[in-house]
Amino acid sequence: MTRDVRRRFVSAVFVAACAAAVLLALIPLAMILFFVVSQGLQALNVAFFTQLPRPVGESGGGMLNALVGTFVLTGVAALIAIPIGVISGIYMSEYRGTRLATATRFAADTLNGVPSIVIGIFAYAVAVLPFRQFSAMAGGLALGVMMIPIIARTTEELLLLVPGALREGALALGATRARAVFSVIVPAALPGIITGVVLALARIAGETAPLLFTAFNNRFFSTDLRQPIASMTVQIFTYAISPYEDWHRQAWAGALVLVSFVLVCSLVARVVTARVQRLRG
Amino acid sequence: MRTELLFRVLIGACAVLLVVLVAAIGVELARESVLSIRAFGLRFWVTTTWDPVAGEFGALPFIWGTLYSSVLALLISTPIALGIAIFISELSPERLRAPLVFLTELLAAIPSIVYGLWAIFVLVPIVRQLEASTPEVLRALPLFSGPPLGVGMVSAALVLAVMIIPFTSAVAREVLKTVPVAQREAAYALGATRFEAIRSALFFARTGIVGAIMLGFGRALGETMAVTMVVGNNPQISASLFAPQYTMAAVIANEFTEATDELYLHALVEIGLVLFIITLIVNAGSRLLIWAMSRSAAPAVAPTSPAAATV
Repeated sequence: MTRDVRRRFVSAVFVAACAAAVLLALIPLAMILFFVVSQGLQALNVAFFTQLPRPVGESGGGMLNALVGTFVLTGVAALIAIPIGVISGIYMSEYRGTRLATATRFAADTLNGVPSIVIGIFAYAVAVLPFRQFSAMAGGLALGVMMIPIIARTTEELLLLVPGALREGALALGATRARAVFSVIVPAALPGIITGVVLALARIAGETAPLLFTAFNNRFFSTDLRQPIASMTVQIFTYAISPYEDWHRQAWAGALVLVSFVLVCSLVARVVTARVQRLRG
Repeated sequence: MRTELLFRVLIGACAVLLVVLVAAIGVELARESVLSIRAFGLRFWVTTTWDPVAGEFGALPFIWGTLYSSVLALLISTPIALGIAIFISELSPERLRAPLVFLTELLAAIPSIVYGLWAIFVLVPIVRQLEASTPEVLRALPLFSGPPLGVGMVSAALVLAVMIIPFTSAVAREVLKTVPVAQREAAYALGATRFEAIRSALFFARTGIVGAIMLGFGRALGETMAVTMVVGNNPQISASLFAPQYTMAAVIANEFTEATDELYLHALVEIGLVLFIITLIVNAGSRLLIWAMSRSAAPAVAPTSPAAATV
């Protein structure tokens, strides 16, 4: 009998430990969200979105250049990554089991695990060194390279969920494979693919390391792809490690904007996914 | 048939591009680190002097810092991540499951820079106080030696641990899903307690679980911003948890734009090259284990890829 009591006791302790692990992980999450919201709200104002950074010592100013910069950088990244990612995703699901599909899947997973700072060095080598110039183009390329494997793998997974009957129906009606893919199979998976792209954008917009020596930074307003450009993340980094109180406040405000963006993206993605699943029933 | 072939070649070109891209990263890194590889050879990896002015580069302190911080992070995060995975997949009430998955995924979605910001202004002061209040007896040990700065190994390991928890737990959860239900039912039918049933499920899934832990390790090795902001950026080899140290990713982030002469730049790229190779090996190993696991648990759901884990 005592052995049974001990076994049940051990089991109860184990269950409690697992629940404690969940709570333990939620503490930093709650802390981060609390500080980002409370510190960020104090510093956030209209000027943050409409003005350029002021020189050191002058308080006020905003991050307009960095907001636009992040927009430009993610735009360039999306232009590079969406076509390549979606199409290679189509290849992996259409020609599943071929050697190239397996190699591509392996390459995508590998690329996904490469540290972002290493991708930054790559973009520096191919897009900064030859022109002897930091540029928005190079930053966008670095982010694009990071985005490709995410989009490719989500596209592949979502296309595989499309019921086989749809494809067979299209082929039975005499459609070519290309026709079946682009007119029937991809449209069926489109909401999911768009969700994947939105999530990839959210993740890319929060990247700092690959931008440090590709897009660099810019105190001024710029949308020129050949010039260095500011970004929310690099600006937050610069401000956070600076000794100025006012800059720290701006960094928190930037973090709030960034986290809100990520949060909105994942909520939208969740709603879309839920709706798609309900439609599939 | 002609159009079929054309279609395949056209979209195949994009697929090939992905493979080429990975190879190109390796080639470019090697090309841009050639000077340093030639000048120092293996010495680069075993010497500790990092003196850009004298043109003397040894990367051992950075390797030490990267390994030390990642292993510490792993020690902290593994039990927590496994606990979360077990709770969500085996113990949680149905209604709590989706919100908990969402919250842990949120942990993965928060940008590295925001972790860094939080770590600098919130975590480091807390750590500093804890360090200062460590009893003298313990402070005599090499593990706790040095002044209580706050920035240093403890802070870096803590923030890293929080950042890799969602990755490890997401994959571990998927791995646990592949354990056949019959296996658990059999355990319960034999009168096993919850702990005993879950222990046998964990044992069944051990290969995949190790893969999940390795995946977190790969993430920790390459994590840059948050670590750069709190590790202290001091190239020294110390066993002390309190000591400010340096990691491979952090030195690249900090010094790349300052590298004025070519040898200096090539030395930094060489660090990047090795980081690339190490993470490649760790990630491939982890995927291999997870894949082996999902194959052995025959009629089961294939675990989603690490990429999907973040989504």
